[in-house]
Amino acid sequence: MTELSYREAVTAALAAELERDPAVIVLGEDVALGGVWVTTPGLAERFAGRIVDTPISELAFTGAAFGAAVQGLRPVVEIMFGDFLWLVTDTLVNQASKYWYLSNGQASVPLTIRTAVGAGGRFGACHSQTPTGAVLGEPGLKLVAPATPGDAYALTRAAIQDDNPVVVFEHKLLYGRTGEVDETAPVERIGRAAVLRQGDEVTLVAALAAVEKALEAAEILEEDGISAGVIDLRSLRPIDAGTIAESTARTGRLVVVEDAPPLGGYAAEVVAVAAEAGPVRATRVTTPDLPIPASMRLEDAVLTNVEEIVRAACALLETEVGIN
Amino acid sequence: MRKVEALYRRMVTIRLFEDAVQRLFMQGEIQGTTHLYQGQEAIAVGVCAVLQEGDVIAATYRGHGACLAMGTDPTALMAELLGRETGVCGGRAGTMNVIDLAHGVLGCFGIVGGSIACATGAALASRVTGDGSVAVAFFGDGAANQAYFHECLNFASVMSLPAVYVCENNLYGEWTRMETVTAGGEIAGRAAAYALPGLQVDGNDLLAVLDAATAAVERARRGEGPTLLEARTYRHKGHSRLDTGERYRPSEEVEQWLAQDPLPRAAALLPDETVERIHLEIEAETSRVVETAQAAPWPDSERERQASPTKEPA
Repeated sequence: MTELSYREAVTAALAAELERDPAVIVLGEDVALGGVWVTTPGLAERFAGRIVDTPISELAFTGAAFGAAVQGLRPVVEIMFGDFLWLVTDTLVNQASKYWYLSNGQASVPLTIRTAVGAGGRFGACHSQTPTGAVLGEPGLKLVAPATPGDAYALTRAAIQDDNPVVVFEHKLLYGRTGEVDETAPVERIGRAAVLRQGDEVTLVAALAAVEKALEAAEILEEDGISAGVIDLRSLRPIDAGTIAESTARTGRLVVVEDAPPLGGYAAEVVAVAAEAGPVRATRVTTPDLPIPASMRLEDAVLTNVEEIVRAACALLETEVGIN
Repeated sequence: MRKVEALYRRMVTIRLFEDAVQRLFMQGEIQGTTHLYQGQEAIAVGVCAVLQEGDVIAATYRGHGACLAMGTDPTALMAELLGRETGVCGGRAGTMNVIDLAHGVLGCFGIVGGSIACATGAALASRVTGDGSVAVAFFGDGAANQAYFHECLNFASVMSLPAVYVCENNLYGEWTRMETVTAGGEIAGRAAAYALPGLQVDGNDLLAVLDAATAAVERARRGEGPTLLEARTYRHKGHSRLDTGERYRPSEEVEQWLAQDPLPRAAALLPDETVERIHLEIEAETSRVVETAQAAPWPDSERERQASPTKEPA
């Protein structure tokens, strides 16, 4: 185990994959200089010619990464902000995600797209989104969302080794978090959630920066004698229906936390998955149906918070707890 | 002469294949849509003729000609259009999205401009691996106004990628005349903005296409970077489906271009008896293609519902 920051864990995962497979290349804006999120420092020096600074031309370099992947490379593209994913929607959705299927298995597209998402950074409406819901419904695509340095490492490696297009959503507020990283663990297959806390009365499900809030809410609930389980989704597509259903079968109650608007996000999907598995009372804690505002006061007001999660859980339990 | 004969044979194969596609569409056997290639055969055949093993192309939704020029089995292509199990993509891709990697076809792209990025990426892969291959993007005049065109020509130029961009300018984007929606009224000149050679060529002249493509492909293979070719041509049919083009193309213009049909122009390079023999042979072959494809089995619907959209380890 090594103690690394979330951003160092991303760098370490990229280095490990660049080392392992000469087909891996990294493309993006300023990546050879270390990248604006400082997730690629030192790689250009270690892996000459494979860390490619691109023009500010997302459609070109992501589309090119798709074509290169068809030809056998394993490109890793950095899309600086998740909000820029809209610029590459055609190549991601119409080309890369469908290729394995449409080609009837002639070739798959081992393309990894890393992108920084999430609000709370005071970046305003077009640099703060978490556009996971926008691509949640695309067959052929996988989506992972690390909430810890350990998962930033594990899921980045899993994404690069996966034979299909994978989007890795990195939360920009988590880059500085430190934690334990196991660089020797076998690389996993994408699709597993993590049970961070066992609970008998209510299941809290979250991803990315919302995981910390869910854990904090579970502690408050425990202080008041309520047993809350916490699941970190880790993979948004495929979603780990088994782990969710196993927990809700026990608790019968579900709160899903998502820092994005309510329509069509992972929260909606988790609720559906749980409901299909058995009787459950469920609710969501999401942002309002609004863009992310710039003012620090307003931004904090729209993001989910611990108190809301606690209240949502209590409402399902038809009880009240004292918060602070 | 033998080379011209082989290329002419391919042009005729494409012409008669497309005629058959149109018939089958009218009969309701091919459903959805068609975008036919009659009139543009010299471009796909001329460009693909100069490619080597390992070179690749990306094409458009008007892509049957490019596939056949690369060597795609006509029966498998026809079966694909008919939605059959034996289709190049098992019936999953259909007319607009054919992929045939065994013959260097990275894909046909149903969305205007998509081929440009795919070929650019293949050229990037060639650069990274140093395998010496060249990638060709075919696209229409309409695509020259898409972001894909501008972004990828810039990207390929600054990275000096071994790519050849072949714009098949058939003068109409769907129903709209190219000059009315394309600043400058031509495409080749746009290459200057991206610091790469841009050349206009008579796309109905097989030998002219061959010459231009040879120079562009050799330049790419030498590592000197991409080239933009604008091949001027004309579609003999409408844009798609039932469109005849009559509503928006003056009949004098159509007649003028029919007089420049690339097939008779290429046939003029060959003895009459050779031309006649090729036509008879390809007519018979096309009939067999259609019959075999029509007799092919349908894909298994039940199995399809269980299929995976991703590649998973066995």
